[in-house]
Amino acid sequence: MFIGFFLALRKAGVRVSLRELLMLQEAMAAGLAGFDVERFYFLARATLVKDERFLDKFDEVFGQHFRGVLQPQAEVPDGVAMRDLPEEWLRLMAEKNLTDAEKAEIEALGGFEALMETLRKRLEEQKTRHEGGSKWIGTAGTSPFGANGYNPEGVRIGQPSGRNRSAVKVWDERSFKNLAGDVELGTRNMKVALRRLRRFAREGAADELDLPDTISATARNAGYLDIKMVPERRNAVKILLLLDIGGSMDDHVALSEQLFTAAGSEFKHLVTLYFHNCPYETLWRDARFRKSDAMATDDVLHTYDHTWKLVFVGDAAMSPYELIQPGGGISSMNTQSGQAWLARIVKAYPAAVWLNPVAESHWGYTQTTRVIRDIMGERMFPLTLEGLDGAMKRLMR
Amino acid sequence: MRFEGTENFVATEDLKMAVNAAVALQRPLLIKGEPGTGKTVLAQEIARALGRDLISWHVKSTTRAQQGLYEYDAVSRLRDSQLGDARVHDIGNYIIRGKLWDAFEAPGSPVLLIDEIDKADIEFPNDLLLELDRMEFFVYETRQTVKAKTRPVIVITSNNEKELPDAFLRRCFFHYIKFPDRETMQKIVDVHYPGINGLLLREALTSFFELREVPGLKKRPSTSEFLDWLKLLLAEEIGPELLRDRNAAKLIPPLHGALLKNEQDVHLFERLAFLHRRNAV
Repeated sequence: MFIGFFLALRKAGVRVSLRELLMLQEAMAAGLAGFDVERFYFLARATLVKDERFLDKFDEVFGQHFRGVLQPQAEVPDGVAMRDLPEEWLRLMAEKNLTDAEKAEIEALGGFEALMETLRKRLEEQKTRHEGGSKWIGTAGTSPFGANGYNPEGVRIGQPSGRNRSAVKVWDERSFKNLAGDVELGTRNMKVALRRLRRFAREGAADELDLPDTISATARNAGYLDIKMVPERRNAVKILLLLDIGGSMDDHVALSEQLFTAAGSEFKHLVTLYFHNCPYETLWRDARFRKSDAMATDDVLHTYDHTWKLVFVGDAAMSPYELIQPGGGISSMNTQSGQAWLARIVKAYPAAVWLNPVAESHWGYTQTTRVIRDIMGERMFPLTLEGLDGAMKRLMR
Repeated sequence: MRFEGTENFVATEDLKMAVNAAVALQRPLLIKGEPGTGKTVLAQEIARALGRDLISWHVKSTTRAQQGLYEYDAVSRLRDSQLGDARVHDIGNYIIRGKLWDAFEAPGSPVLLIDEIDKADIEFPNDLLLELDRMEFFVYETRQTVKAKTRPVIVITSNNEKELPDAFLRRCFFHYIKFPDRETMQKIVDVHYPGINGLLLREALTSFFELREVPGLKKRPSTSEFLDWLKLLLAEEIGPELLRDRNAAKLIPPLHGALLKNEQDVHLFERLAFLHRRNAV
């Protein structure tokens, strides 16, 4: 039972295990869901999803998998009153399953412009509710206009919002969308992700009296004093934050800076340095790039040893010259290429990641992004909750 | 016996399903959600609705899993032995029961609330895996096995400060309490303040949801804050007209202290109001 669904969930990246599948079946056998689709959906969700980030994925897979199996309850319109409202035509009545041949047949009515033009004409012509068929606007048909039908170039017209009683509603709403891991970060989400970096370690000599353990050990020892010592608990995480300032990424970079600073209590040390597009022989302590704030990159590498964790934040997009050509830097005359400097910095810090505010799907289009990604050894992460999570995991390895 | 919400608590369909599944299959129920959406209250209401006792275990950063099972008070025993107390011969006198033990031995399967499990150490859930799964544990000092007579209903809440281990999650049912929509919120208010002025409620809801939508808020007000605010509005006898008066200078709702808990947020609103005023001139 539900093995196909189970596999589909796993394929979509929802972490479901056999144990949970068995639990669902147990619950079904206990008759918890009855014969109600919505209750089955709730039950399956409570059983199979254990992280709100996956709720949206679950809704998506559920919708896809059970489409066609579920016949939403039909609602009969009262005809006359509905005539003026195009939205009412779109009421969900049936899902149509087309064969591949049919799908091929209705491929394309022309480009987007043509579609909109035709839509306008159709709306003028059409005066009644319509369902099925392949020309008129309505639901479940193959016309390019309307909802829930099949046409690869379709335009979706205002999904009715008040379908309270129809079964498909709940998961089609995808109300957990903003909890999904791949959306952009809110401040709080990001803090949660950064918490990963919190690591307290007892390091060094055992020089602190462990009072509870001493008492307990003494008591167990029938009263003979047994002193226990522990090393002091220290926060062991040191972060070197390199920020790309100046340009379109300022907002994102400022956000990351704020967040790392806000999460500063989680780290033993947090040092923030700035560069413009690509780090060369000089880094700055202040985003105003004044001479007095300059710090030679060599000095940075010597001051902060390899126990520091390096985090770059930047879009990694620049003119290829700035990266590859000696002297290509926009703010100074660099004798060595940015590429060389980057490689040197990354080599100095075994734990390093690059956070990129640009969406991951766009990275491939920028040459320099690809090069830098190469230098980082695939340790470039998007600035989303998932990306940040991955980056922090990587840093803590 | 099914959980259908109570007169004090509005449960959505999905929440009822999750609770009933957890009760029927005797598995723990993990509840997450924004702060102030009623995670802790849920356990109390489940206990009330099912007519069971509630045992709550509030977890702190220093809480260890063992404390939920039992603790051996070696120090008392040592003292008693120095004083020659006869009790000292039975080690069982120095075993202090934890909340989990209480829940296992209590008659009529109570509701056990493990509140804010994410506050504890990262290993905390792992240490309770077997105990929650089999509902039994072994007391080394007295060599006895404590086994649940009837499995308690276990409700666990989390604020997402730490991630819980997969092995732990697999043993639970999970429910994420969504922030209530307007309709649900109305029901919640009806439950708490029956007979409230409909006009006032409508205006208050509008202001509240508008406020939540303001971009850049550090902490968006939640259900419990909304309820507090309503109480204040009622106490101060503020009329719906005042709430509706949404011109520039009145951008901040009256008695905003109940809703905005962060001085930066209040400041943000003041700035917005200022901008509005300036634009109006």
